[in-house]
Amino acid sequence: MALYSDPATEHLLRRAGFGARADEFKTFSEFGITGAVAHLVNYERIPDDVDARIGEPGYVGVAARNNGRAPSILDARQRWLFRMVHTNRPLQEKMTLFWHNHFATAYSKLQGQVGADDALRYMAAKPSEDPAGVRGHVELLRDFALGNFRDLLIEVAKDAAMLLWLDGYLNVRARPQENFARELMELFTLGIGHYTEEDVYAAARVFTGWNLARGTNGVQQFIFRPAQHDPTAKTFTFPIYPDGSRTIPARPAAGGMQDGIDLIDGLVRHPATGRHLARKLYRFFVNETGPINDGWVNGMASLFIQRHFEMKHVVSEVLLSAEFSDPRNYFTRYAWPVEFVVRAIKDIGWTGYSLADTLTPLTNMGQNLYDPPDVAGWELGPSWFSTGSMLSRMNFASALAGNQRFRLATAAQIHTQTPETLLGYVLESLRTAPLDKAVLAELSAYLRATGPWTRSAGQVQNKVTGLVHLVAGLPEYQFV
Amino acid sequence: MTVSRRQFLKGGVAAFTVSFAAPGFMSDLALAQGARVRNLVVLYLGGGNDALSMLVPYNDPFYYSRRPTIAVPAGSVLQVGSDSSNVALGLHPRLTGLRQMFDRGHLALIQRTGYANQSRSHFQGTDIWSTADPTNRSPHGWVGRYLDALPPPVDPLVGWSATRELPRVLLASHVPVPAIPNPATYAFATSNAGAEASAERAAALRISSHVPVDRPSLSFVYANARAAMATLDRVATVATYAPSSPYPNNNGFAQALRAIAGAMVRGIGTRVFYVTTGGYDTHAAQNPTAANGTYYGLMGTLNDGLTAFYNDLSNQGLLNDTLVLTFSEFGRRISENGSAGTDHGAASVMLAIGGRVRGGLYGTAPNLSLDPANPTLENAAGDVRHETDFRAVYAQVIDQWLGADSTAILNGDFRKSGLGFV
Repeated sequence: MALYSDPATEHLLRRAGFGARADEFKTFSEFGITGAVAHLVNYERIPDDVDARIGEPGYVGVAARNNGRAPSILDARQRWLFRMVHTNRPLQEKMTLFWHNHFATAYSKLQGQVGADDALRYMAAKPSEDPAGVRGHVELLRDFALGNFRDLLIEVAKDAAMLLWLDGYLNVRARPQENFARELMELFTLGIGHYTEEDVYAAARVFTGWNLARGTNGVQQFIFRPAQHDPTAKTFTFPIYPDGSRTIPARPAAGGMQDGIDLIDGLVRHPATGRHLARKLYRFFVNETGPINDGWVNGMASLFIQRHFEMKHVVSEVLLSAEFSDPRNYFTRYAWPVEFVVRAIKDIGWTGYSLADTLTPLTNMGQNLYDPPDVAGWELGPSWFSTGSMLSRMNFASALAGNQRFRLATAAQIHTQTPETLLGYVLESLRTAPLDKAVLAELSAYLRATGPWTRSAGQVQNKVTGLVHLVAGLPEYQFV
Repeated sequence: MTVSRRQFLKGGVAAFTVSFAAPGFMSDLALAQGARVRNLVVLYLGGGNDALSMLVPYNDPFYYSRRPTIAVPAGSVLQVGSDSSNVALGLHPRLTGLRQMFDRGHLALIQRTGYANQSRSHFQGTDIWSTADPTNRSPHGWVGRYLDALPPPVDPLVGWSATRELPRVLLASHVPVPAIPNPATYAFATSNAGAEASAERAAALRISSHVPVDRPSLSFVYANARAAMATLDRVATVATYAPSSPYPNNNGFAQALRAIAGAMVRGIGTRVFYVTTGGYDTHAAQNPTAANGTYYGLMGTLNDGLTAFYNDLSNQGLLNDTLVLTFSEFGRRISENGSAGTDHGAASVMLAIGGRVRGGLYGTAPNLSLDPANPTLENAAGDVRHETDFRAVYAQVIDQWLGADSTAILNGDFRKSGLGFV
């Protein structure tokens, strides 16, 4: 439980991270904003040893995964949430989540295709832990969290999970498969309206032969099959090459993999791609509730091209932009369920709490990690909210507050002179969008509702627990 | 400029500063708006349903030549006669329950529904079908606009989405529709017990009644909290519903229908329901014939859920009060692809089920000949061309079932003769 006292750093860590642990808040507020952004984007300097902390005292719990059963996707979900809570590289996890929504690939389809064990590996395996060194889809996204977007696209096009998810493994010369080709343009790069159906057919032919084969290590890996590649020329409605040429030339099948590289190069240079990404970054980092700032978007789109698609430069500029730090943009993004859950854990506490207990609530709030609903990712913004999902958020707050009951009471004890001092303490620990007086009055009334203020141990336990439940369940806490 | 699905709600939230009926009105409203009224269940088949595997033109030689590995054999279809163009048609062999509904005159199959220049994008296509607006400029759903047209105050349980997210079909400008994937978990938890728990719940209820001024996004979240608190008790009555006939347990779609039947039987005031079943994006290994095949499984889920629902409502005497209408974002390509699947196509088939449905075959089947001049096809004879604008189907439902004015709700006159399925 951090006692917050630095709105700019709080905002930065809500957006570029998942809120702040007390130690995290202290570290970052001492840097100042420019230093904090540099610390966030240059995360390679910080050791990535957080996974080794799983199971250690002082950290949030993860249900043991080796008690006689094979690891499952439920373990992978907890391990990612663990990183979000305890990492010292919060922006890397935040961008991993951003890309997971951008390249939305779902375990559940893979499970039906290749079974639970392989689907888990293709989605979540860490190369250092996998017997065959498999790098799962989300590990790829983590490796490229602030990497080069062009290189990331090429890796994604060759990723086993993606090849299964969008059926690229079946894309052969005789019958091109359109699924990946369409989403590459509609969702991953240009956005709808910047390509035609003919472009989809041509792009499908470009990626013929980008398939999977089972290697000697027993797992499916990317392979380019020249015999399954359509070697004829492919013409698009937009330039593929810097000279403006719209046609990928016919070339011998053996070198046909270059077709896909050329198309990806053309797509990342297309001005619509930079703008598409910049709009998503604006909504993710700056503001989701007001109109998009077109000048800002155009500036970031230009920077994306100037900096040769290096996302580290782009995101650094995003976080240093005046629009990002404008206090009017505080709390103008609807918290995703995992953001809400992780921030609540950081704010309320985790001692003796297990991330296993977050999984069903997260399902009910509408977000299972590794399982976006479709290739367009989760429905963001107000779409996160319905009566059912709002109840799930309020009920999660209740369960977590109840779990932390004794710890909360101990920490609050010195702030219990009056109901209002307790309320002030809780509101400094759980930051919300500004509360109207009527809401503050209801919270005070709740503290006085069941009898005189005696500060007895029982009363403090009951009231701090109930108050934390109510505050974390407030609509004002559902924004970051 | 069209409205993307990510933009539409942002405009929509502004209206949520408008409050809806206060809890005190509930029971009267439930009676006034709910008891023995006509229910509409909108069923979305997510991913783009392959109409040619669902309703098979089993005498068309091109159906078999263009689908050498994924055609449903003529001998296995459930024959439903011939349409007005004398094309013999059969339901997918797994749709045995739907065949019984057809035989009782309770299932209408509306062929070749779609619109001109149909979008092949899942997301744009779903938005278009949801808003009934091919220009995709309308922020609200076609059923949402119907809800907006109801005389206020509107009961917050007038709609019920069995999904976790509010679908665009039900998105209204000032009626927040509850999303209730599972009535059993639609409850309010407290961290304390006894009097403290009561105080917690009372505080949450009072806080949720707050309406922030000039903060539309916050108001939108408040509206959801408020509607949740206001509907808890009535939804709780549905959680204990014991159906009159069994629903398959391993079928989430069927379980959602079970809850919907419970809401109807309990008479809690809901008039429009939304339910979905997915997996129809069959690009690969579509396999409609083998018992473990993908499309065969989809038909099993659909058939078993709808059959249980139909039987339950029939036993409860609610079949005549209920209309189920299906849609999907597009049909699929006629020729199979290299992965024994089908890619995104154009027109598809819509189903209408209910005790007052005039069952039968509506519209005409496509001729699957590869002749580029074939008038029933488009995209160089690659896709099925629409014959009936999907908005004509919606118009029929709005005018003849919901008793509203389709020209106002659909923003145009899409009524079509010969479409009297309800």
